[in-house]
Amino acid sequence: MTYIQGFRNPAAARHLIERIHALGDAAPMRVMEFCGGHTHAIMRYGLREALAPAVELLSGPGCPVCVSASADIDQAIGLSLRPGVTVATFGDMIRVPGSDTSLQGARAQGGDVRVVYSALDSLELARKLPQRQIVMLGIGFETTAPTIAATVAQARAEGLGNWSVYSMHKLTDPAMRAILDAGEVRLDGVLGPGHVAAITGWQAWEFLPREYGVPCAVSGFEPTDILQAILALVESRREGAPRVINAYGRGVTPGGNAVAQGLMAQVFRVAPAAWRGIGLIPASGLDLAESYAEWDARRRFDLPDVAEGPLDAEAALGCRCGEVLRGVTLPPECPLFGGACTPAHPVGPCMVSAEGACAAHHRYGRSAA
Amino acid sequence: MCLAVPVRVVEIEGQVARVELGGVLREISLVLTPDAQVGDYVLIHTGFAISVLDEEEAQETLRLFAELEAAEALLDKEASDTETADA
Amino acid sequence: MTRDVHVLMAHGSGGVLSHELIRDVFVRQLGNQTLDGLEDAALLALDGSAGGNWAMTTDSFVVKPLFFPGGDIGKLAVCGTVNDLAMRGAQPRYLTVGFILEEGLALAELERIVASMAAAACEAGAQIVAGDTKVVERGSGDGVFINTAGLGRAPEGVDVSAANARPGDLVLLSGAVGDHGLAIMTRREGLRFDTPLESDCAPLNGLVAEMLAVCPELHVLRDPTRGGLATALNELAEASRVEIMVREADIPVHPAVAAAGELLGLDPLYVANEGKLIAIAPASCAEALLAAMRAHPYGREAAIIGRVIAGHPGRVVLETELGTRRLLDMLSGEQLPRIC
Repeated sequence: MTYIQGFRNPAAARHLIERIHALGDAAPMRVMEFCGGHTHAIMRYGLREALAPAVELLSGPGCPVCVSASADIDQAIGLSLRPGVTVATFGDMIRVPGSDTSLQGARAQGGDVRVVYSALDSLELARKLPQRQIVMLGIGFETTAPTIAATVAQARAEGLGNWSVYSMHKLTDPAMRAILDAGEVRLDGVLGPGHVAAITGWQAWEFLPREYGVPCAVSGFEPTDILQAILALVESRREGAPRVINAYGRGVTPGGNAVAQGLMAQVFRVAPAAWRGIGLIPASGLDLAESYAEWDARRRFDLPDVAEGPLDAEAALGCRCGEVLRGVTLPPECPLFGGACTPAHPVGPCMVSAEGACAAHHRYGRSAA
Repeated sequence: MCLAVPVRVVEIEGQVARVELGGVLREISLVLTPDAQVGDYVLIHTGFAISVLDEEEAQETLRLFAELEAAEALLDKEASDTETADA
Repeated sequence: MTRDVHVLMAHGSGGVLSHELIRDVFVRQLGNQTLDGLEDAALLALDGSAGGNWAMTTDSFVVKPLFFPGGDIGKLAVCGTVNDLAMRGAQPRYLTVGFILEEGLALAELERIVASMAAAACEAGAQIVAGDTKVVERGSGDGVFINTAGLGRAPEGVDVSAANARPGDLVLLSGAVGDHGLAIMTRREGLRFDTPLESDCAPLNGLVAEMLAVCPELHVLRDPTRGGLATALNELAEASRVEIMVREADIPVHPAVAAAGELLGLDPLYVANEGKLIAIAPASCAEALLAAMRAHPYGREAAIIGRVIAGHPGRVVLETELGTRRLLDMLSGEQLPRIC
């Protein structure tokens, strides 16, 4: 597998780990890995332990599944239980708990929930099942939003009347700002999401050094990508001049993907969004634009817009997912971790998603020493 | 959000590309990367290409890694030669 | 957060929920010393039978699609039971089969399935000696559900059990993992991947006979079906109360399987296999065992993948390709394609 295996080179990884330790200070470098995909890769390759104590890694809110508001999930569940409606979703969402059950639970009760690999597959479902209403759950950040936008455009081009999108899309920039503005965490660096940056361009991350004095290294997802990016952050701290480093040169350009950005701007409009564990953040989500209202599931099914405060149902049970997403708490520090809350019986979304910080810690990180 | 995989474009018909990875093939959409050509590598995410890979950048990094690997092998060999010599 | 009170697909995936269902519903009400061991097949004390242990097992098949590259539900049904017996060191003698057919199933398809069963039973040297058929209304079943049960006999003195692993033992794998599950997954409706992947479905009793011939003191055999290699290793570590360490670099995975895994976000270590086995044996017979496995058509890619230590009982640790270490946990949900 060209361009995958080479970036898992063990000798290169060892070398990079040694360099990071060699340049380490007495004080560990606190790096937030914004993206859940990074959390997953870091845990899968045992990088957390390998980099301690020189680097301390904190999870961020970049797990679209983890930050989906439970009220949104409840509405998706409601749709799936309506006669004649099929909810199509990416596999990640199936087990995420709403206030009562999950899409998986809804399916067990007779709801029509189907897992798709691509939103285009949900269009195919709509063509094959003209008597049903197909609702595609749009989750994800700037990596996925353009693919949904392209699919909406396709639906419009075909005049497909039995397909719509329930958008839960969110933007990365406002979430990152909200965390830093809250002042709960002190960060020495941010590991920037490489596939989001493939769309937005790495220049979109310059606000971090410019406005917050925090260096950002945009990183790919193979272990050597992550290590190169972290090394760049360590070097940047020594230089004392924070900046954005593009450590994913093969996938990310300064300006990003203009076609994708254009489609997003056409099909979506920026709106306030409810982030589980964080609360309402202005201008942080994507709703369907007026000209595409016909394909907006919220309008088609007359569903209310979701706005909730930071206390979701599970917080009442002691779940600290919100604090984990903000980088304030490490999963093992949550009293429910590994006891009442496990991947098989998750309380909060951080334990459900394969890339959720708690799931990653539980799966890979309980001491393998 | 994050799972995007580098695959090779084998064939293009209109806005649809047939791509390949390790012998596995699929049809994906080039709507977001209309300039992709046959032979290019693209990052695909949920059935769409989102970026055309910069192969020169990739090769440069891989070359660096190959050098590191060679250097390490040399060090290992020297270490074991020394051990043998000392024995 | 309400705990679900319905059966979920995840209860059938071989992971944590499956184990809980077995423990909390089945063993709780049906348990006895034999069942409690939760082995692949039960060793029986049959009145008046001298010689090696008799083993008995049952298995049900609900796979969709019914036909796939490398096999079909019929072949799976026979091999599944044959293999469960083989994992106790037993050669299969007699099988029974129960069919639940959906109204509307094409008889031509049923013929094909039964032909596969005949061929598989023949290869395994077993006879199908009793059967049953029921038909359910259209819409109540996925075309065909098959249950098979089997009776077999192990050579005298052979004691192979999930609880027998000991510190110092080596862990062997008979070949590449992930083929069956990914072959099925990539062909599921809506995923539309074009792959050369084939199920590895095969009867392993012949391979096991060769293995026991060179290493009669073999400790453990298990076939990593639902839940994959990772789940099976966890089950063994738990049953034997030992820690198992495996090296990722030594676990064989075919390139197309690895590629399909990358594309769908699935880990081949958690994907079902239907023609592979894990063997845990004293270090002294490991080399001979490996040679015997590689000499057999179903063991050509066999490898030593790890070892057993005292450590933390029930824990499985993976040394990654990079040389770092992490836990290799049991499967906890369904394996589904992901985007994150």
